[in-house]
Amino acid sequence: MRAGNTLHQLLLHTTRLFPDRIAVEEPGHGTVSYQELDSLSDRLRDRLSALGVRAGDRVGLYMRKSIDAVASIFGILKTGAAYVPVDSGAPASRNAYILNNCAVRVVIMEEQFEAKFREELAQIGTTPQLLLLEGTGGGVPLRQALDRKDAQSPAPAVPTAIPAQDDIAYILYTSGSTGRPKGVILSHENAVSFVDWCSEVFQPQENDRFSSHAPFHFDLSILDIYVPLKHGATLILIAEDIGKEPQRLAPLIAERRISVWYSAPSILSLLAQYGNLERYDYSALRLMLFAGEVFPVKHLRALQSLLPEPGYFNLYGPTETNVCTFYKIPAHIPEERTVPFPIGQTCSHLQAKVVNEHGREVQADEEGELCVNGRGVMQGYWALPEQSARAFLVDDAGQRWYKTGDIVLKAPDGNYTFLGRRDRMVKRRGYRVELGEIEAGLYRHPMVKEAAVIALPDEEAGVKIKAFLSCRDGTRPSLIALKRFCAENLPLYMIPDLFSWQDALPKTSTDKIDYQRLKEMR
Amino acid sequence: MIQDIKETLKQHILKEFLPGEDPKELTDTTPLITGGILDSIATLQLVAFIEERYAFTFQAHEVDVKNLDTIAAITNFILSKKL
Repeated sequence: MRAGNTLHQLLLHTTRLFPDRIAVEEPGHGTVSYQELDSLSDRLRDRLSALGVRAGDRVGLYMRKSIDAVASIFGILKTGAAYVPVDSGAPASRNAYILNNCAVRVVIMEEQFEAKFREELAQIGTTPQLLLLEGTGGGVPLRQALDRKDAQSPAPAVPTAIPAQDDIAYILYTSGSTGRPKGVILSHENAVSFVDWCSEVFQPQENDRFSSHAPFHFDLSILDIYVPLKHGATLILIAEDIGKEPQRLAPLIAERRISVWYSAPSILSLLAQYGNLERYDYSALRLMLFAGEVFPVKHLRALQSLLPEPGYFNLYGPTETNVCTFYKIPAHIPEERTVPFPIGQTCSHLQAKVVNEHGREVQADEEGELCVNGRGVMQGYWALPEQSARAFLVDDAGQRWYKTGDIVLKAPDGNYTFLGRRDRMVKRRGYRVELGEIEAGLYRHPMVKEAAVIALPDEEAGVKIKAFLSCRDGTRPSLIALKRFCAENLPLYMIPDLFSWQDALPKTSTDKIDYQRLKEMR
Repeated sequence: MIQDIKETLKQHILKEFLPGEDPKELTDTTPLITGGILDSIATLQLVAFIEERYAFTFQAHEVDVKNLDTIAAITNFILSKKL
């Protein structure tokens, strides 16, 4: 049976089959059945429509991960609009930039974020409507907010929109090299083709219990939210603070009987080291999926020896394609292995090829840039026509191939191995970070005259970020003050690990900052 | 006792997480986690240091910002465990 071509049709389909099954569990805040999730998102659809949201619009999502947030996503999709989730823990200035950039009509947000956000909006001079929730938890604050609005004036019921396959479903903002985040535009077809691929490979069942570890502004959330939903399974939301703390996370995974885990490798490394995994019962776990960065073999081996039962998969792909290659980790990792595992072979809903710097396909044994084409590939970046055009290679047949920027080598067995990046992007804790965005953040400090950031390989953390700075007039902030400035101006995962003050930064003959020299200076 | 704990924590944090910083800048109330000094991995390393040094273990729910964001808060937490 076809479950549908749009994301919210997956919900309608499952609600008909399993109205009373639990769709989402939010530890500490209750659960919601498929029927309840469907009704609550219907009410939000009607309210958004009364606020003027129409098919083709964008609606911002500015709240902590919760049943309220899941219901909001479906409420937005049911109007035919696209949702734009932001990191509620990131600086308000960054979020205001994002939501202004894609001109959202409404922002559904928690009250606690309102004041700072309004300040930032006032500076930009834009005023989307805000639908305010007193908090989040179990869908209760969302229901209360809708009740309050209905008491003032009821929202007339409107039909659920039926978008076309290439209508936008969501926009995910990632780090941009110019110092501003850029919005990756993803359609219903992009998402549904990926969800269908997951069905094919991972064979989800209605008794599966999926983790939701990644935040909703992160593309891992697409698998988390929609794959269990398509199959009538249950999603277990993991709050952001618990998700960072292996001592609390380890018992939660066991107690909630999670069967399919999906996250960046960094938290899995921490679980293996600090989670005391031997104390708990993980007999429900059948799949361990990870993506977002290279998993150091040392930690992967440690995890697998603690939890030998589940199947381990390395999933690879940028936000622009979501997962595009995958690799099944062997059941036993030899002691002597230190090189990371391949990123694997191309997913069945996509095609991939490796090209040289002229855009021509390389010979079998040559390295080159991985390019991806097919139903999962993004439409482009929001309001950035030039960057969008540059992101693709168009072949003679008119096919668009997304240039991942990742340099790979294809082995004779069809598996790709990741070798490095073509540009200044690094992966940190699963997030992609453009070093240029960190530099732009550092330049906002009034005492900073020059800023240059490099990434250094690190066995423990994968990568360490080091900032070289010079100051304007000989006075420089203390390290503590500088770190606090970073915490207020950059997402946490972008704060450099190391800072080094210089009288002046080294320059090339063309008076550009000499990154090669900086790398040698460490 | 209180001063000893504070000094021990201060020296450890300066050495491990703020190399080169002027010791005067780090006070009892400097925000460590919300101030961007300790990331999640550094926090776990600090917890491991405290557990070994003061011979107790954190309960899972105790590893949080409330107990760990300042030297003063950590000291109070250690005292509550030791008294």
